[in-house]
Amino acid sequence: MDFLIFKAPMLMVQASLDGILLGILFALIAYGMALQWGVMNIINIAQGDLVILGGYIAYTIYLWGIHPAWGVIISPIIMFFVGWGLYKLVINKVVDRDLFISILATFGIAIVFQQLMNFIFGADVVVAQSEYGTTMLFDNSVTLPNSKIFSAFISVLYAIALVIYMRKSKLGRAIRATAQNARAAKILGVDTEKVYAATFGINAALCGIAGALISITLTLHPYVGLPYTVRSFMIVIVAGLGNLPAVAVSGMGLGLFEEFADYILGTEFRIGAVFMLLVLILVYRRFKLSKKREYLK
Amino acid sequence: MNKIAKLFVTFISAITLALVSFTSSFAKVEGEYIVLGSAISLTGKYSSNGVHTQNGYNMAVERINKMGGVEVQGKKYKFEIIYYDDESNPKRAAQLAERLIKQDGVHYMLGPYSSGLTKAIAPVTEKYKIPMVEANGASRSLFTKGYKYLFAVLSPANQYLEVAIDLAVEKNGGKGVKIAQAFEQDAFSQDVRLGILDAAKRTGSEIIIDDKLPKELNDMAATLAKVKAVKPDVLVVSGHTKGALTAIRQISEMKVDVPMLAMTHCDAAKLSKQHGKKSEFALCASQWHKNLSYKDKFFGSGKKYAKDFQKEFGYDPPYQSAESSAALLVFKDAFERANSFDRDAVRDALVDTEMQTFYGNIKFGPGGQNVAKPMILFQVRCKGDDCENRVVAPTKWASDKFYHPIPKWSERS
Repeated sequence: MDFLIFKAPMLMVQASLDGILLGILFALIAYGMALQWGVMNIINIAQGDLVILGGYIAYTIYLWGIHPAWGVIISPIIMFFVGWGLYKLVINKVVDRDLFISILATFGIAIVFQQLMNFIFGADVVVAQSEYGTTMLFDNSVTLPNSKIFSAFISVLYAIALVIYMRKSKLGRAIRATAQNARAAKILGVDTEKVYAATFGINAALCGIAGALISITLTLHPYVGLPYTVRSFMIVIVAGLGNLPAVAVSGMGLGLFEEFADYILGTEFRIGAVFMLLVLILVYRRFKLSKKREYLK
Repeated sequence: MNKIAKLFVTFISAITLALVSFTSSFAKVEGEYIVLGSAISLTGKYSSNGVHTQNGYNMAVERINKMGGVEVQGKKYKFEIIYYDDESNPKRAAQLAERLIKQDGVHYMLGPYSSGLTKAIAPVTEKYKIPMVEANGASRSLFTKGYKYLFAVLSPANQYLEVAIDLAVEKNGGKGVKIAQAFEQDAFSQDVRLGILDAAKRTGSEIIIDDKLPKELNDMAATLAKVKAVKPDVLVVSGHTKGALTAIRQISEMKVDVPMLAMTHCDAAKLSKQHGKKSEFALCASQWHKNLSYKDKFFGSGKKYAKDFQKEFGYDPPYQSAESSAALLVFKDAFERANSFDRDAVRDALVDTEMQTFYGNIKFGPGGQNVAKPMILFQVRCKGDDCENRVVAPTKWASDKFYHPIPKWSERS
């Protein structure tokens, strides 16, 4: 049964397309994580919970009778300010400390967010309906929900917009300068405090977009944030910081890996396989690093 | 000297502790109140069903108290419940059970919500020999551990979807069917799965897909793609409300055609609120439905209960509330038959319970599970986006004919 995928080639196509579409969405979340990791040296454990919060914002406007697709515009705007506020409230106190402190702080934020969302939106699973229909390929044997195609398209669009913004705008240049050398940037007149706040805000906005897309493609629940954090962590580890094409490729790779792990190892190992891969990659990186150090000696 | 001082302190604290536990043992019945304790999920992931459970308990307490309370040795007593929020966390639930028993001196417990939490509490109540009547832990493993103080008013989990397989076989002219199944990896869903395995063996059916869904999963696309490829006669999904909602979303989006879809936790109100008429034709296992013809003198019939509940809490009672109310009726009955507040006498009375409530007949098997009440299956049927549960099995209570097979997506509007 586990190797059904090799008997039915159409399943292979289905799995690949599902994986890539999902992977693009993961890549968007991961890009936000890479950005703030690179600039502020903070690993945000609350990343997934910001995503889910963004999803709930889209879901709320859906309840008001607005089409949930508008969530990809409204949700990031609100989330930007949530991110900005979080920075002013908590993150600015841990940004210069070591990594462990920031992990603890964001872990705390994650728990608070989960409970707040549970309190406000309830523990029930919710979905927003886009009513986009389905694309059927190869005589109906491969089906792709249009909502997934839409979400991949929007993710790509925002990613491109962000890259251009980072290259061309003043703030974008300031962010990149701060990432390269915060002290030097400060001396040259960059308001690093503002840069940090903006970076955290942009990351939260990216999470908002991803969340809005998840609300129309998958399901929302206050406690499903963590898998998104782990996935984006993993993508960033593979791709490295500040390398958008690599993040995109590694995101799609992860999406594919998950889908194929589901078919070959079984659904129960789907998320487990991601964790396994994470361990393997960390071990491999460590191995490579240790070799390098010897060489330096 | 130091040693003696230490000994002295130990001695004093031991006496204090003994005194505390001694005084609290009078607290089981305070004045005219019989105090029951319950750890319940008011926050955390089970909070919505936790609240349904609490509403069910409260509704019954109020009703019983209003109708004269519990009569023991010629004196009337009223029920009172001490609640603590277990945050949907098994460890916390076990701590709170200890606290209820040791600090608050509670001698009779009501169950928490979900099998997992009941599993965490049962060893504690067992240790202190505290009778617990629970209404929301259906996992089979609760009833195979030889617990003597655990009583469940609901049918065990393995019975949830057996009826569905029987129904599928019946529709197939008595021949075995091809089953595709996907179950979340939690105690409850895995027990439902065991029930299906038994039913498959019994009916000569074949299980062609057997997926286990991780707890955080919100994407079943891979499982459903497999289902599309192998074309089973029946698809069975169990993963709490999350699983049911995910399944409906992706089945409709991926246009997966299966003749029969059976699930747990798929109340029509919840499904149609999120998915409208896409949820139509799903078969749902349920402990209770308001249209069943059981009766008692406290709530009258199921319909009456539903009406009163609606009036009190503003929503239609899910079965989680109904079974919770029934737990209180069981306790009342046991206290009156025991005619005593002795824990063991009450426990023995519980063992001999044989009664009818609006929720169903109740009689406890050797493991503590309710053996007198069958599970029912209802099918979601819709007019427009307005859907309701219609009972289709067992035939004794069926109000509607079972619609089979589910029309293909291409033929559904």
